[in-house]
Amino acid sequence: MIRFTIMRLLQAIPVLFTVITVTFFLIRQAPGGPFDAEKPVIPAVKRALEAKYNLDQPIFQQYLSYFGDLFKGDMGPSFKYPGWQVEDLIMSGLPITAELAFYALLVALVIGVLAGCVAALKPNSPQDYIPMSLAMIGICFPTFLLGPLLVLIFGFGLNLVPVSGWGDLPGDKILPSITLGAAYAAYVARLTRGGMLEVLNQDYIRTARAKGLPEWVVICKHALRGGLIPTVSFLGPAFAGLLAGSFVVETIFQIPGLGRFYVQAAFNRDYTMILGTTIFLSTLIVVFNLLSDLLATWLNPRLRQQYSGGGS
Amino acid sequence: MSEPQSIIIEAEKGTSLWADAWVRLKNNKLALFGLYVVSFLIVVAILTPWIAPYSYEAQNLDLGATPPSWAHWFGTDLFGRDLLTRVMYGGRISLAVGILATSVALVIGVAWGTVAGYVGGRTDAVMMRIVDALYALPFIIFIILLMVVFGKSILLLFLAIGAVEWLTMARIVRGQVLTIRNQEYVEAARSMGLSTPHILRKHVVPNSLGPIIVYATLTVPQVMLLEAFLSFLGLGIQPPMSSWGLLISYGAEVMEDTPWLLIFPGLALSITLFALNFLGDGLRDALDPKASKD
Amino acid sequence: MSILDVKNLTTRFHTRNGVVTAVDDVSFSVDKGEILGIVGESGSGKSVSCYSLLGLIPMPPGNIESGVALFEGRDLLAMSESELRAVRGDDIAMIFQDPMTSLNPFLTIGEQLIEPLIYHRGIKRAAAKARAIELMEETGIVNAQGRFNAYPHEFSGGMRQRVMIAMALINEPKLLIADEPTTALDVTIQKQILELIADLQKRRDLAVIFISHDLGVVRHLADRVVVMKEGKVVEQNVTESIFENPQDQYTQDLLDAIPSGEKVNEDLRGDEILIEVSGLTTEFLDRNTGKPFKAVDDVSFNIQHNEILGLVGESGSGKSTIGRSILQLVEPSSGSVLFRGEELLGQSAKQLKPIRRRMQMIFQDPYASLNPRMTVYDTLAEPLLYHNVATRGTIDAHVLELMDDVGLARSAVKKYPHEFSGGQRQRIAIGRAIATKPEFIVADEPVSALDVTIQKQILELIMNLVAKHNLTMLFVSHDLSVVRSLCDRVLVLQYGKIVEIGETESLWSSSKEDYTQKLMAAVHTL
Repeated sequence: MIRFTIMRLLQAIPVLFTVITVTFFLIRQAPGGPFDAEKPVIPAVKRALEAKYNLDQPIFQQYLSYFGDLFKGDMGPSFKYPGWQVEDLIMSGLPITAELAFYALLVALVIGVLAGCVAALKPNSPQDYIPMSLAMIGICFPTFLLGPLLVLIFGFGLNLVPVSGWGDLPGDKILPSITLGAAYAAYVARLTRGGMLEVLNQDYIRTARAKGLPEWVVICKHALRGGLIPTVSFLGPAFAGLLAGSFVVETIFQIPGLGRFYVQAAFNRDYTMILGTTIFLSTLIVVFNLLSDLLATWLNPRLRQQYSGGGS
Repeated sequence: MSEPQSIIIEAEKGTSLWADAWVRLKNNKLALFGLYVVSFLIVVAILTPWIAPYSYEAQNLDLGATPPSWAHWFGTDLFGRDLLTRVMYGGRISLAVGILATSVALVIGVAWGTVAGYVGGRTDAVMMRIVDALYALPFIIFIILLMVVFGKSILLLFLAIGAVEWLTMARIVRGQVLTIRNQEYVEAARSMGLSTPHILRKHVVPNSLGPIIVYATLTVPQVMLLEAFLSFLGLGIQPPMSSWGLLISYGAEVMEDTPWLLIFPGLALSITLFALNFLGDGLRDALDPKASKD
Repeated sequence: MSILDVKNLTTRFHTRNGVVTAVDDVSFSVDKGEILGIVGESGSGKSVSCYSLLGLIPMPPGNIESGVALFEGRDLLAMSESELRAVRGDDIAMIFQDPMTSLNPFLTIGEQLIEPLIYHRGIKRAAAKARAIELMEETGIVNAQGRFNAYPHEFSGGMRQRVMIAMALINEPKLLIADEPTTALDVTIQKQILELIADLQKRRDLAVIFISHDLGVVRHLADRVVVMKEGKVVEQNVTESIFENPQDQYTQDLLDAIPSGEKVNEDLRGDEILIEVSGLTTEFLDRNTGKPFKAVDDVSFNIQHNEILGLVGESGSGKSTIGRSILQLVEPSSGSVLFRGEELLGQSAKQLKPIRRRMQMIFQDPYASLNPRMTVYDTLAEPLLYHNVATRGTIDAHVLELMDDVGLARSAVKKYPHEFSGGQRQRIAIGRAIATKPEFIVADEPVSALDVTIQKQILELIMNLVAKHNLTMLFVSHDLSVVRSLCDRVLVLQYGKIVEIGETESLWSSSKEDYTQKLMAAVHTL
């Protein structure tokens, strides 16, 4: 398992390297510099600004020095927020986005796994159709539609919960978390149902029943482990999706998180900010893919032993 | 055995797996509903320029935003433009992006997956390593980056989306081809000395079509979602063109006063997604060989 | 004194395509300390009837329509789910056909073994572990203490079945239901497991229901036999009477279908050598270790003209790989294969094409060997057209003639494979193999996937065609009695190497090789 972990970590390095390189050079292709946006700047001032941000050097030189700085944890100054370092801006948004993503993941896993198991226990019965129809609704009402609708109904209509901000008013975390988590709860429910159905048809479940084990032991001890593997493997991609969804949710609910910074930076052509955020988010996604992969591998004893070099 | 043979050959016709699948699909009401809705939407999208009740751009500032009425079924927006017309034109774009990007994914994915799966060995390993590596890239962030850098052209949009979706397609096709390649009937074909192109055409491709069709059907709604997502953030389709995502984005901004501007484009998108997903699920049930055993 | 008394059991499945009566008014009983054999072909309802008793069939679509099953005076079919659960794994235990899939791959062997003790008897884990290790030792698992925490994939098939048996016996049940417990195992392992079951049964005075399709095994083991066909009991009697004096025609058919042990077909061998294999070695990459291993290791032999050469060995012996290596379906790493003196190794696909017309293959699984999207007509016409044996104008006649040859109705020619039974499919596959009038055929376990009565028909068909078309055949099989009844010579294979090769009868009467004798001893003839 340790060998497998190291192997996968080593594979992540070229991926991250590619991300950084491609992002860096792509950004330089963008039409319009960061100082073209609002009013035209006097050429002399523009040159001075470009010198300040290293933009007057050959591009390859810029690339190398950026890389060097990155290793020291320095992502350069923001173009749009003078006086701010990119890494500081990221760190100020990160805790909020992380909290939002965590609650959303909680919503997705708790509701999704429960609904999926319930449906799988009695396939093709109301116990299956009802949660699965709800899951289909969850998939067909995407974040950017569900969010405004929830705001419309629970915020403006019923006036039950606050509809903007994060941690300012009691209860203002409820709607964003549900909005972001709902679609993933639906995906998780479908995956769990599929995985559980597959496992429940296996011979070894029949063996467990033939042993006269109580049904909850059959489900929780014998079936769940194998049945949850597809769900666990989905956690990595789901996390990437949650981050992307947080762009939307943070925009709708005016939450000062990482996603909102990213979207704003994209509009403002804040090069260093886009670059920094892309690298940061990519690293997070790669790490989470790795974690969910490791967890899924570890859950399977055969793979676990194969990769630890032991076994027989 | 003395009867003329040609008569006997015509006499009894078997039911192919396709015919079986069609019967199963016809018995699945949700899938059939999905098929009808999708067909209806495609017809409307094609005919929009001729059947739209109003002109797409015509503003009527005196009228302003009005709720749904007999004259304007979906109401009008702040500029007095007919929302039904705008939803119809938006649907054209959304469906076009969905179908075109899926086609891009289909072509690349099937070619890549078939070669990797059938040739196997080292070629397969290298080709799939490339797919794995691309998978690990955070694509959603890359698409946003691309839209920022290269401007917001619709061509780039569906190329970018297609470029992401082909990965899964390639994996599915490769897995399918790999399974079929090891089936005894392909071995039988090889033992007869049939050429590789012949085997691919007659034996491998027809048997891998089922999952490909299912996955393609399920990719279209995903692509439409992605487009709407980007448009919502202001990174996809640009005004004066419109798509459902853009309409929803606009509707969300003004929903407090004019909720119909959010609700109707939202419903249009949701119903389309429902229909495509039901159709995809139904096709999966109909084409799944496991389901045909019971 | 009967321990289980089943009366008028009827089980139906309500499927999308209509109602199927899987068990139709079945009655039987099992006495204390008795082994009852239930025999029948696939679809006879032999397993479903036993699963019905314990509530192990999926409901819905399954439904027990009627019947009484008195186990020690209590009706199993009238019990609530929780009452039945208390019986399962305690008073009545089961073992299943495939030990590879019947154990949970995510849990250790030990964990699975002690579960019945914990949930039925409330025994503490430490005490349960001691008991489990005791039973593991009794069922012949070496180093039981050390392997208690091992996972199923670390055990071989035979060892897993021992674990299953230990698990079934851990609560000292009164009745053991064994559902084809040896079918998935190699013959030599089969014998060990059967001996183990017989031994444990005697020691515990256990009542056993032994479900099997293999009459030889049942005769050897059972005290009484129930014969089932299409959901109904056609005959039941003490074992002796069933085999010596069968009353029902179907029982008679089953008995007739078993190879008698003597060679039944003529020896047609010519003097010429058709195929000359020397130093053949085929390597594969081991998926787990990534290292190459030799599936076929330096094998040399000849096949004479019109000879039927049997190739026997257990799973993993490389017998199928030899057939595929000769046909160049897998690429041998070294050696030589001469077909009428012409070297086949290292030839390009183009050079091989004319030779491929002259050598063909029949596969084991008739469900996998036919393209499901091609009609019988297309399947049979493909090789004919490709090798220019027939033209567009004459193809109909050729195809219909092939249909006659393999005993299929001409009217079925436009049907698809899924519309045929297993036996009929195998006929189509045979038709495809002989379409181009080949000289040499590799038959890879051509009847192993079929029921015994169908097996007999297909073997007869193959023999007729061999005689009619002057075929030479390499007959690959794990079933020694079939090989003995057909083959002129037999080649015994183990771990990719030849153990011995010789005339069939002399091998049977006077083989000096341990392994050959072991294989032959494991066969239960009638």
